[in-house]
Parts: sequence; C-alpha cells; structure tokens
Amino acid sequence: MSDLRALRADFPILSREVNGKPLVYLDSAATTQKPQSVLDAMNSYYENSNANVHRGAHTLAVEATDLYESARTKVAAFIGTSPSQLAFTRGTTTAINHIAYGWGLHHLSEGDKILLTIMEHHANIVPWQLVAKYTGAELVYLDLDDDFGVDTSELDKVLDERVKIVSFSGMSNVTGALGPIDVLSKAAASVGAISVLDAAQLVPHTNVDVEALGVDFLAFSSHKMLGPTGIGALWGRADRLEEMEPAEGGGEMINVVERHASTWAPVPHKFEAGTPPIAEAVGFGAAVDYLSAVGMDNVVAHERSITAYALDRLSEVPDLTIYGPKDVSKRGGAVSFELGDIHPHDIATILDQDGIAVRAGHHCARPLMKYLEIPATARASFYLYNVPEEVDLLVESLHKARGIFGLV
Amino acid sequence: MAGLDELYREVILDHYRNPRRKGTLSGDHVHAEGNNPSCGDEFFLDLLVEDGVVVDAAMLGQGCSISQASGSMMMDAIVGQSVDDIQDLAGKFRIMMTIDEGENPVDEERPGSVLGDLEALQGVRKFPVRIKCADLAWTTLAQALDQTAS
Ligand SMILES: Cc1ncc(COP(=O)(O)O)c(C=O)c1O
Repeated sequence: MSDLRALRADFPILSREVNGKPLVYLDSAATTQKPQSVLDAMNSYYENSNANVHRGAHTLAVEATDLYESARTKVAAFIGTSPSQLAFTRGTTTAINHIAYGWGLHHLSEGDKILLTIMEHHANIVPWQLVAKYTGAELVYLDLDDDFGVDTSELDKVLDERVKIVSFSGMSNVTGALGPIDVLSKAAASVGAISVLDAAQLVPHTNVDVEALGVDFLAFSSHKMLGPTGIGALWGRADRLEEMEPAEGGGEMINVVERHASTWAPVPHKFEAGTPPIAEAVGFGAAVDYLSAVGMDNVVAHERSITAYALDRLSEVPDLTIYGPKDVSKRGGAVSFELGDIHPHDIATILDQDGIAVRAGHHCARPLMKYLEIPATARASFYLYNVPEEVDLLVESLHKARGIFGLV
Repeated sequence: MAGLDELYREVILDHYRNPRRKGTLSGDHVHAEGNNPSCGDEFFLDLLVEDGVVVDAAMLGQGCSISQASGSMMMDAIVGQSVDDIQDLAGKFRIMMTIDEGENPVDEERPGSVLGDLEALQGVRKFPVRIKCADLAWTTLAQALDQTAS
C-alpha cells in the first residue's frame, strides 16, 4: 500500500475525538477534511491581502486579484487546461446549473431530449428537469449493467438527433462506479449533442486531463478535494463557453452597462457575477497545490489499495451486501452497503458511538435507490488520509451492530 | 455503549421487526402520510374514528428502527382510545421526547404507566438527531386527527 500515513499530521481535525474515540472519518465522498496549508492560505489572505477583486487601484485590491487569478491558474493546471476556460462557481451544482440555464434553455425546444444515467446525483438531474420544464424537452435515462456500471448496450435505441445534451457522472458517489466517459462523449458528439461531465467525484480521486476526455463541459467542487466549501469550477471547451449565455447577471461579469442592455466581460469572467468567494478560491488553489505535491498517481494508488482492502474485509461480515463494482479498476473509494435488516441510519448511529463517521441515506441519488430497489444505504468513503486500521475499526463496529440487532 | 443499550431496547427491536397493525384500511377512513425528506423515512397512517374514538387503524412505513418502532408502538397505544385521550398521550410523548436535562432528566421517573411500551423510546433523547425519527409517526397522527376534526 502506498503509504501516505504521514500526511495525517497535516489534517488537524484527524486528531480529535468523537464520543471518546479517535475520529475515523469515512465520509470524504460528502466532503473532505482540510490540511493546515489550506486553512493557512485562507487565513493569510484575510490577514494580509483582503480586498475586493478586479478594477481596484490600491495595493490590497491588486494583491487580492493576483491571488484570486493565480488560484484559477492553479486549478486549471490541475486538470490540464488554461485559466481562460475555467470559471469559478459555488460548486458542482452551480456549475451544472450554469450549463442548464446558460446553454440548455437557449438550445433546446419541445421534443428535444436530455440523456442522463440512472446513477446521477440530484445535482445532475434536477437542473435538467428545470430545463425540460421550461423548454418542453424530455429526460431519458440509461440504466445500469449487472456490475453497477452504466449500460451503454442500448445506447443506439435512445440516441438520435433530438438528443441535445448528454450529462453524466464520471464516478458515482453511491456505488463508486466509474462512468463510461469515452463512450458517452463520443455518442454525444456523433449526434451533435453536448456532453457534460459531473466530475465532483472524479477530479478529487483521479488524474484528470480534461482536454483528453472529449467532453464539452466539466463540473467539480473544491470541498471534495481538500479545499473549502463555497467554491467549485466549471470548465468548458472554448467555443462552448463562447456560445453559452451567462446564467447570472450583475457586477464583475459585464463589459459596458447601458440603461437597457449590457455587454459581457470575456470568458470566464462573464460567468462570475458579483463578488466571488475570494478566500475560498485561495483555499482551493492551496488544495490543488497540496494534492499536486502528494502526486495524484500516489493518491490513486493509495485509494485503490485501501478500497480493495475495505471490499475484502467488508465481504467477511455476515449479512453485508455491497452495492458497487468489486473490481477496483472500475471504481473509486465510495463503498455503499446494507447490513441485514439494520437500517443504514441505525448503522450510522452505532458507528458514530465508536467515533466512525459514515453517511446513511439516499446520498442525493433517489432515482438510483429506486432503481436498485433499496430505500437507503450506509456508505463508507475513503481518501488519501485514511489507513487500513480504520477499515478494521469499521468492520469491528459493524460486528457490534450485528450484536445489538441480534443478528447471528 | 450504555447509550446504545438504552436506544436499542429489546422492545424497540421487536416493534421494528414485527410492526403492529401493518397494512391499510378499506372503507371509510382518514389517511395521512408523513416523511422525513432528509433521511427518506416514511409513515402512512389510516384511521377510522367513530364518535370521537379511534376504532381501527393501520400503518405502512419504511425507515429506521426508531421511526418504525415508534409508529408500531403508537398503533398499540391509540386503538380503542378516545381522540381526547390520544391528544393527551401525544402531549405526554412530546414532553418525554423533549431534551431538557434540567426539568426533564432522562433517568427520572416518567409517566410510564400511561405511555407503556412507548417509554422505551426515552433513550432516543441521548441521540438528538434521532428524535425526529421517533416523532414521525406522531406528526403523521396529528395530521390524521386534524382531518377528523374538520
Ligand atoms: C457525483 C456528485 N455530483 C454532484 C455533487 C454536488 O456537489 P456540490 O454539493 O458540491 O455542488 C456531489 C456531491 O454532493 C456528487 O457526489
């Protein structure tokens, strides 16, 4: 196992206790913990350089603008693109809404189709439902195959010129399954549709070279990759960003404002109305610095080995069912499971007494839960700071839960 | 661990696994549906109220042990009772589930004789995030009773 154990010291929260036990944080798919360097960068921004960005002539405004724009450069470089193609947003959800309102509303009409997969997060469903409602377009879903992957074998049946948008996840936050990026981006291009990649789980956990993925748009969140909440990014192909309307208007995103009409600032600023989350951008930049210093190849290797270990250990627990691929080359580190008839919320409560943080519920993917015919799952998810002993504690606590519920 | 023993009492697990009056009513009745959107728990309640008395009831639900056991215990407690007595019981249940360590310490003698099995839910108070689970059936009941009042 590529040993990143020493990194744990960089995360202050990992040394706290919960219910008298050392914290075992297994909820990184929901949000990740932050290293000291991210906290320091944000603090230092407020202590030394706080000012509003752009068009300010004073020293602090220049410093704040430089910090904000250099964060953009760092985040763009992290996914292999140029800062001119990366707009800061509030997160993945907002980025997808920008595409829905800025592109979808203007390019779809009655009878058009938006193709999704059944494993999508609500963030990649509800914005398209709104587009469908306003334009008369229709949502179409791809189901899953036997191994929790998206079933693309019936793609021909749903793919035609009426499909204008294909939007899908690169990695499920429920099953951990990787999305068929290559197949779906090519399928979209073949009918002249745009492809949108929900990379909320992908960018934090894989090495992404966005220009090579073949998609038109990509969305991700800082808080799922060691950065602060309140910021994320929208990447788009240069021509797509040009043809996209701003979904929000206000200060910062304009060129000239007249009484009755305005012109927009160039991409990407035309998508950043209002004062942006500056400290958060700085923190986001520090987070990608941290990940780059560790090396995404090391992060991937570490997560694969700890996920393999977790799948192995969990399969020893009687009555436990895993919902997701068993092959670690087809998945990331979000592991959903059920344990006999113990409801996931009861599992989460019992684990919490042992200081173990897992998530229970529908994980913002209700259509997927309905499709899998389960009301909820418990989910353990791993990141670079997790160690195998934490998996052992999880398994031990699950045995305890079986005892409490009298499963034998 | 002590907390967990108090939360998952035998009687709670029994009601969770063998919910009382599971099903639906046919014929005349009022129907109410409750759910906790944050966790997905659901509770559907059918009540037949005649002359101010709940003469029959049935429930369907889906969710954690606490929400479902609370509902099942409630069914036992309300059938055959007058609406007035049920309102009274609901009030006592609400008091029991209120976290107020000063006036309402967890270990103090509760109005147990009235609440019966429901008293086993006291342990939930040590897990504040789970109180809404125990409340679900009762808020659904309040909706159903509101319909009978109108
Ligand atoms: C796959 C996926 N898509 C979208 C989101 C939404 O991200 P955010 O809440 O940061 O906008 C999440 C996380 O909650 C996710 O896991």
